[in-house]
Amino acid sequence: MAQGQYYVPHTAKWPIVGSIGLFIMMLGAASWLNGAAFGPWLTLAGSVIVLVMIFGWFADVIRESQQGLYNQAVDISFRQGMIWFIFSEVMFFAAFFGALFYARVLSVPWVGGEGTGAMTNELLYPQFDATWPTAGPANLGGGFETIPAFGLPLLNTLILLTSGLTITLAHWALKKAQRGALIGWMIATVVLGIVFLYLQATEYVHAYQDLGLTLGSGIYGSTFFMLTGFHGLHVTLGTIMLIVITLRCMAGHFSKKQHFGWEAVAWYWHFVDVVWLGLFVFVYVL
Amino acid sequence: MSHATTMSHDDHHDDHPTGLKRWLFTTNHKEIGTLYLIFSLAAFMIGGAMAMVIRAELFVPGLQLVNPEFFNQMTTMHALVMIFGAVMPAFVGLANWMVPLMIGAPDMALPRMNNWSFWILPFAFFLLLMTLFLPSGGPASGWTLYPPLSLQGGTNIAFVIFAIHLMGISSIMGAINIIVTILNMRAPGMTLLRMPLFVWTWLITGFLLIAVMPVLAGAVTMLLTDRFFGTSFFNAAGGGDPVMYQHIFWFFGHPEVYIMILPAFGVISEILPTFSRKPLFGYTSMVYATASIAFLSFIVWAHHMFTVGMPLGANLFFMYATMVIAVPTGVKVFNWVSTMWRGSMTFETPMLFALGFIVLFTIGGFSGLMLAIVPADFQYHDTYFVVAHFHYVLVTGSVFAIMAGVYYWLPKWTGHMYNERLGKIHFWWSTISVNVLFFPQHYLGLAGMPRRIPDYAVQFAEFNMISSIGGFAFGLAQLLFIYIIWQAARGGERATDQVWDGARGLEWTVPSPAPLHTFDTPPKVDDSVTAHADRLV
Repeated sequence: MAQGQYYVPHTAKWPIVGSIGLFIMMLGAASWLNGAAFGPWLTLAGSVIVLVMIFGWFADVIRESQQGLYNQAVDISFRQGMIWFIFSEVMFFAAFFGALFYARVLSVPWVGGEGTGAMTNELLYPQFDATWPTAGPANLGGGFETIPAFGLPLLNTLILLTSGLTITLAHWALKKAQRGALIGWMIATVVLGIVFLYLQATEYVHAYQDLGLTLGSGIYGSTFFMLTGFHGLHVTLGTIMLIVITLRCMAGHFSKKQHFGWEAVAWYWHFVDVVWLGLFVFVYVL
Repeated sequence: MSHATTMSHDDHHDDHPTGLKRWLFTTNHKEIGTLYLIFSLAAFMIGGAMAMVIRAELFVPGLQLVNPEFFNQMTTMHALVMIFGAVMPAFVGLANWMVPLMIGAPDMALPRMNNWSFWILPFAFFLLLMTLFLPSGGPASGWTLYPPLSLQGGTNIAFVIFAIHLMGISSIMGAINIIVTILNMRAPGMTLLRMPLFVWTWLITGFLLIAVMPVLAGAVTMLLTDRFFGTSFFNAAGGGDPVMYQHIFWFFGHPEVYIMILPAFGVISEILPTFSRKPLFGYTSMVYATASIAFLSFIVWAHHMFTVGMPLGANLFFMYATMVIAVPTGVKVFNWVSTMWRGSMTFETPMLFALGFIVLFTIGGFSGLMLAIVPADFQYHDTYFVVAHFHYVLVTGSVFAIMAGVYYWLPKWTGHMYNERLGKIHFWWSTISVNVLFFPQHYLGLAGMPRRIPDYAVQFAEFNMISSIGGFAFGLAQLLFIYIIWQAARGGERATDQVWDGARGLEWTVPSPAPLHTFDTPPKVDDSVTAHADRLV
């Protein structure tokens, strides 16, 4: 529980900058989707403002942390805040996993005539063969092939699992105050993250160019690309976080006792790792 | 408590900015709470104006004032503004003001993020409301945004979806802040089971928010990609299913209902003991009942969609699970009544609104039980019976609790007593008019009048006219509410620190108005300051 001097900053100028940035970004994106020529520029401007905000805000926090303004209670607040943030991310993915399960287990078989769907199938889509993967009764997006699980996806699984190992080795080094080993393992983790992203990109190109599998390939394409796409986005974010935190390791920001910023990034990295395991099992293997 | 400590600490905060900067840059939980509450009141007025348009159009059969497309925009926007703009921010505002005071914390755990949670909201609502001025007009598919209808409405949908994303970001950050504050910032001795019930209900509400707002974000993201990027989540031709949207949406939507009522339960559980001059009856069972309701809220969502053609087993499961909620809710109502039993009751405005809440919310609960019965729901679904039901739980439930809370804590916020006479007039005027407004809608629904329709058969004329008259009267009553708040903010009889003689809890130990910074030194908490100690006051 909180004791003594809990650090409460008196003013905060970054949040309002962030709100304006987000607003411009969203306004731009919505205009862009509706074909407005200024849309992309507005989106870009908003994104730049948000980036500046993130940079400035974190700079303030790092400065205050270096000045020793944060006591243990503040540290606990940060930890709990990060855990709940990751929980919210888990629930975001849950929505898309839910869509995948619902389609595979319930709605696609129903359209194929299973259970209470007999008449639906008879009247609407008598020719529909409800086997997964499917692009639906109208075969939207045309025929496609899927990516076999035990090729690139398996390799990517091994890469992410290895990165979980390297970041743990980095943590051990950090706790023993071995900066050389810490930075070495951090760089290894970053490299693994980048390799993962590169292979993912290759896979996407292969899917679009050779397999005919696109975002428009019915429910399979929708769930496949949204799940792996949002995961890839999170890995990208996680890799950027790893790079920043590696630079902070080099700058000597962390001690073996106090390194919550580092841990938050490690937690996030483990989170994208776990999501990938779910993806590997439910999207690729099954 | 320690006035000297708090006062002396004020000297350290002389650098506090003034004017616009004060509100833009503030990290103070009281100022941010005030911002939330003012924002909520403004949204309440905007959403209320939309309701007036709806009731004016429905005053007599036929199309008079607005065209059907605009009418549908009004029903959609009224709901979005009231849910995400009025009710949710009001409770977050109350939490911001009261939770640190109630648990003896110097401020919220993450003060800068607190500022951001609030300041995203005005921008989100600008994005939402501006769609009314787009060539295609605002969203007209109902606030649930069911596809395929919601995707056929022109340019507004992208703006609406991004506005919902922003509101979600704001809610999630606000909820994280409140949870972390409660778990990490309690004064020594403020054990979990000594916490005021308002704090407990917000702890659980915060969890619900973090669990389901991202699901809503996912659902509307799928809408966005279906509309603009060629995915087939909700398109049967591509193997998707429009009903899938309803499942994902209501997985968010049902806990959302409890997000809007659990803090109301908390407010009522604070007010009743004060004006009954008795500790809250069954405190521990209240906590467990709240947690049970929260758990059940995750497994009842499909009772919103009994008519979509789910398998019979699913309909039955969701029916029984829904009815189980009546048990913990019944525990609460029983405890509230028992709290008042043989109490030395007085009937100041907060107590009146609390009593109005108990009676009228219970009516809403009963009509909810009727709707939970699958065969009955086949009859009621999408009729005015549903409209009557959720307005009883949301207006005479959530909104009455918010008003009760505002009257209860206004003296602590402003340092002035509000005008008790006007407050009582506001209560009776609101209570009578709100029943004139919503009670006839039960009959309309049972007689088969569909919701979200700008015109109706002449057989529904009388009840609609009565309902509209009640609606205008209720709308007018809220102008009085604003006047009372404005009056108390400007001056009036000075409030004591204690404010209400039966009030217990840490928030009554600080001066009225509460200084900018309180509990810089944590207070010592034991059973004597809690409102629900086992021994009598």
